[in-house]
Amino acid sequence: MTQQNRLQSGGRIERNKPLTFSYNGKHYKGFEGDTLASAMLANGIDVVGRSFKYSRPRGIVAAGPEEPNAVLQLGATEATQVPNVRATQQELFDGLVSNATNGWPNADMDLMGYVGKVGGRMMPPGFYYKTFMYPQSMWESYEKFIRKAAGLGRSPLENDPDTYDHLNQHADVMIVGAGPAGLSAALQAARSGARVLIADEQSEFGGSLLHSNELIDDKPAAQWVEETVAQLSKFSNVVMLPRSTVNGYHDHNFLTIHERCTDHIADKAPAGQVRQRLHRVRAKWVILATGAHERPLVFGHNDVPGVMVASAVSVYINRYAVAPGKELVLMTTNDGAYQTALDWAAAGRKVTAIVDTRANPQGDLVDAARAQGLNIITGSAVIDVQGSKRVSGVSVASIAEDGSRVTGSIQRLSCDTVASSGGWSPVIHLSCHTGSRPKWSDDVIGFLPGDTVQKQLTAGSINGEFGLKGCLAEGTRAGAQAAINAGFEADADAVPASAADVKTGPAMALFHIPHSQPTSRAPKQFVDFQNDVTAAGIELATREGFESIEHVKRYTAMGFGTDQGKLGNINGMAIAAKSLNQSIPETGTTIFRPNYTPITFGAIAGRHCGELFDPKRYSAMHKWHLENGAKFEDVGQWKRPWYFPKAGESMQDALNRECQATRESVGILDASTLGKIDIQGKDAREFLGRVYTNAWAKLAVGKCRYGLMCGEDGMVFDDGVTSCLGENHFLMTTTTGGAARVLEWLELYHQTEWPELEVYFNTVTDQWATLTVSGPNSRKLISELTDDIDLDRDSFKFMDWREGTVAGVPARIFRISFTGELSYEINVQANYGLHVWEKLFEAGEKYNLTPYGTETMHILRAEKGFIIAGQDTDGSVHPFDLGMGWCVAQKKPFSYIGKRGMAREDCVRPNRKQLVGLKTKDPQVVIPEGAQAVNDPNQPIPMTMLGHVTSSYYSACLGHSIAMGFVRDGLNRMGDTVYYPLADGTVIEAEICSPIFLDPKGERQNV
Amino acid sequence: MSEVIANNEVASAPVLIQQMDQLSSQGARAESPLYHADLASVAREGNQNGGVVLQEVALLGHLVLRGNINNAGFTSGVEKVLGMALPGSLQSAENGDVSLRWIAPDEWLLVVPGAQAFSIERELRDAMDGHIAIVNVSGGQTVLNLSGANARDVLMKSTGYDVHDRNFPVGKVVTTTFAKSQAVIRRTGEQSWELIIRRSFSDYLWLWLQDASAEFGLTVRT
Amino acid sequence: MFEIYCPHCQEYREEEEFHASGEAHISRPLDPDNCTDEEWAQFLYFRKNPRGVHHELWVHAAGCRKFFNITRDTQTYEIKETYKVGEQPTVTE
Repeated sequence: MTQQNRLQSGGRIERNKPLTFSYNGKHYKGFEGDTLASAMLANGIDVVGRSFKYSRPRGIVAAGPEEPNAVLQLGATEATQVPNVRATQQELFDGLVSNATNGWPNADMDLMGYVGKVGGRMMPPGFYYKTFMYPQSMWESYEKFIRKAAGLGRSPLENDPDTYDHLNQHADVMIVGAGPAGLSAALQAARSGARVLIADEQSEFGGSLLHSNELIDDKPAAQWVEETVAQLSKFSNVVMLPRSTVNGYHDHNFLTIHERCTDHIADKAPAGQVRQRLHRVRAKWVILATGAHERPLVFGHNDVPGVMVASAVSVYINRYAVAPGKELVLMTTNDGAYQTALDWAAAGRKVTAIVDTRANPQGDLVDAARAQGLNIITGSAVIDVQGSKRVSGVSVASIAEDGSRVTGSIQRLSCDTVASSGGWSPVIHLSCHTGSRPKWSDDVIGFLPGDTVQKQLTAGSINGEFGLKGCLAEGTRAGAQAAINAGFEADADAVPASAADVKTGPAMALFHIPHSQPTSRAPKQFVDFQNDVTAAGIELATREGFESIEHVKRYTAMGFGTDQGKLGNINGMAIAAKSLNQSIPETGTTIFRPNYTPITFGAIAGRHCGELFDPKRYSAMHKWHLENGAKFEDVGQWKRPWYFPKAGESMQDALNRECQATRESVGILDASTLGKIDIQGKDAREFLGRVYTNAWAKLAVGKCRYGLMCGEDGMVFDDGVTSCLGENHFLMTTTTGGAARVLEWLELYHQTEWPELEVYFNTVTDQWATLTVSGPNSRKLISELTDDIDLDRDSFKFMDWREGTVAGVPARIFRISFTGELSYEINVQANYGLHVWEKLFEAGEKYNLTPYGTETMHILRAEKGFIIAGQDTDGSVHPFDLGMGWCVAQKKPFSYIGKRGMAREDCVRPNRKQLVGLKTKDPQVVIPEGAQAVNDPNQPIPMTMLGHVTSSYYSACLGHSIAMGFVRDGLNRMGDTVYYPLADGTVIEAEICSPIFLDPKGERQNV
Repeated sequence: MSEVIANNEVASAPVLIQQMDQLSSQGARAESPLYHADLASVAREGNQNGGVVLQEVALLGHLVLRGNINNAGFTSGVEKVLGMALPGSLQSAENGDVSLRWIAPDEWLLVVPGAQAFSIERELRDAMDGHIAIVNVSGGQTVLNLSGANARDVLMKSTGYDVHDRNFPVGKVVTTTFAKSQAVIRRTGEQSWELIIRRSFSDYLWLWLQDASAEFGLTVRT
Repeated sequence: MFEIYCPHCQEYREEEEFHASGEAHISRPLDPDNCTDEEWAQFLYFRKNPRGVHHELWVHAAGCRKFFNITRDTQTYEIKETYKVGEQPTVTE
């Protein structure tokens, strides 16, 4: 029999649009307008999963995001697998494939169930807590068990074929929730002309009105919704987002919305469409109209499939035309839930009994039930449920007026469905996200949004206003007020839509239904279905001394995971409070964090994935590097050529060739990525003197100088060559990675400390292509491309720069060297970079001009003992530690940045770690970078470490390995031997030496 | 061309600021930051009626002007040479094919025809007094014009700045984040916007803009 | 994510455009060479880290590149005011 629970008429489903779906491999039918949950219930599917700890069969409990059990795996193909989908939120589409996630081998026939039954104590409360206290080696075996048992779905093994994106939104008034309050608010705000954004997680606007029998303005509520939405859609200043969950409420009214654009169509988005979108909203004013979740009651075996939240039963009947059973027992502490019994009866099903915990209920809905002759058992409660995979009956007993104990004998009623209502919990999650502490209200019997610093209003059930008339009024008022607050003119006294005034009697503050046995011996009374937390477990936690509600939560796992305690938290807190003999406000509450409901990684990533994950920065010559087979290295966001292998070459072969070609003839490096800062102003020179450690007062126009930059602590943080272009004009270079930081550093000091200095800093990193030509033939090569620069060694000296033309392009040439060879850095406007590069190769063929990348650059400079800031420094070394005291001026009149820091007691003490060269005993062995030096490799572990290796390479030119590293007091230990014990047990022996391995007199660059 | 080396008369006096005509007088090939994308072919062969229209205005002259707004020697120099006053906060000004954008309280970005960058820099320096700076950044950035019915949608995907009419009228200019890079964004018309982006990020942003425009259709113009 | 009023651009902008630069009003000693190690350490390392009102230095890194100060409540994250370098806060508690 198909859809045995489907009603013949009513609901918002399209009976002429049947859809097919599958669950656990079986095929079923539903209709357009169904959720997966309503279709499953229509087909009489009772068990949708197994519980986390006890592996008990579980059924659908709720109809919205608070559903704890029906968390399914979706997807027809491997690539479109989606874990963690709530069946209550998933719209049905044709061909939908779903599977239970926590059943092994399946939810109906579950092996773990036996384990659970045999070993009910296998995972007592505090399991996680206690497990973490066991030796860590045990964790692996627990982890497998937990993951398998927990079964929170699985991620796909193939790439997601869909696209997701982000959209930045700005609104004057943002409204969360499109129920009666939200829609009323939107209407008022829209009329004011404010930019309004209203979002709702459901497929259509209307919220509770979509299953309501009430009238608004004398029309069916659903009709009022339709007309209101139509009205709103006419405003150009209104953005309406259905299927959009406002998942996070962050500082300064920044909200994130997770919109599911095509999840209702198929498990893969139609071609060209975005599947999900994350809206990032900045709102001037926010109205939270998020409504309330009905609270189930906690009673014996309240987790048997067929036990549901009362209002959910009404939703399935009225909105989806599904009666999820035949015979209903309703248990309630309040009037509102009587509507469920009335709806059940109206659907032609049998109401076995209404069990009211109150002795003397009074109100319009109670009267209506009485008038229909429904069986109302007052002053009583359902204390236990019979059945395993479906409810077969309940035990009802009378209870004390305060709900503390069972007072009468037990009677058994036969039924297949139990609906319970313990009242309503305002949905305060978003309010909590901003740090607002919720406040308990005895009137509402729930937590209300607390004080906030956000520009935020609340309206409707979130305020504990559970009547339709009140919700419409609050929404109307909030909409106008928010618009006024945002600077628009609105009617603060606008008349809300009208609705009947339903009289209700007082509700009873009851959470945990007593049993004739004490809680610890009573049948399991579940508080948090998803985490299998019971009333007994919470009491055990308090007995074990966990008195803070935050500790109880972590000890029991209540409110963990994807559920976040939407149904169970308040009940759990009430039980903890009772057990601790204190009030709920005294016990306090846990608060909620983003996200409200789970969000896909796709939506979080948006388009920032694949090629667009992070910017890739390229130099003007990048195309040439690609065409010439470069391997690339990431330096910050830059893609720099790492080395240029030829066919058949290993990396080391390529490096050896590049190094030798440069030392023997001429090589070329694309150095465009170096940070470059143009500095102009009459105080530029003074400024340089204050931020560099060396002297700048006498650097003449046409000259270059190397400088070290330190922090106020005296530690090196960047270095580079700065050239004097004019008396008031300098060009500073920085490391590739340090460019932005150095510019911000200069601005920091200029703007905050020395604003009186007349100087301007501008980045010109991207403006200049930098081509470094290095090697004994570099002069010859360049001379072929310039006719207006005198390259003679005596007129264009080392550390000079000249302006002229290279390959027909205006250029600055800097005779500086990071390789130790005769070397020229050519700067041309980047638009000409590739042209000049290509011309150099045309002329350079006869010199075997060889392109080299960052790795060869590193080797060549290491042969010369030149440091790389960031590789050979780590923020804990000053210039003297680096053996670079020659770069520190002592007599500059201004106490430059770093000077005082370097003079601190700790910086001048003996025995600091100092940078030295390291020559391995076996010349072919390369010490791994990061290896730690020790004096005696045979000492017991932990050994006394002397410092680490910072740079280490094989030098083809020298025929042996070279390294630099820190060694304690290393500058005084030249010739000593240190040892590098490695993880694999081997030990490398090395001699401390000067870091300058090649040409210590600098003759090669001075030719 | 070089006042440091070539101009003997000036070389005898102290050179304060090095001024340099960076353009090749020998017709060397200049490549804009998006040269490699061959936008001309895309324009010819691609979608002709997309909701988003993109155009690179390549090889213009870009000059950064720095100075104090209270320094008449700076402000009057600009007015004299460019025939327009420095625009105020977040504003821009145009005069023929020369346009000026406010970047910061002491910084403006001037865009001129490519060949005039050096002559205008020299005229400005000659006309200005006091503490100022001019920096040629023509090779370091490029201009993209983004227009079409869906141009605003692409901007909403790309920047957190509010691009709604009420916040971003024609003529306004902001420097802000754009995807994971930055851009100087100027509204040039009802449906048209100008982006000035850095050279090294241009390929990333070209990929980003293609992707963000895909659902609306992207037309490239030359 | 904060929304920050840049006193130089005279507009609210997204936090993404800014960098935080630590506590505001930390002045570099005028005569560092005559500071004791303790005084220098105070300048270098010691910060207030209050619960409540805090004055912070920020820079509009992706905008006008100008530094400015923020008075922020470190508990509620409310920004009480922003003001230029060289100016004094009006909110101090």
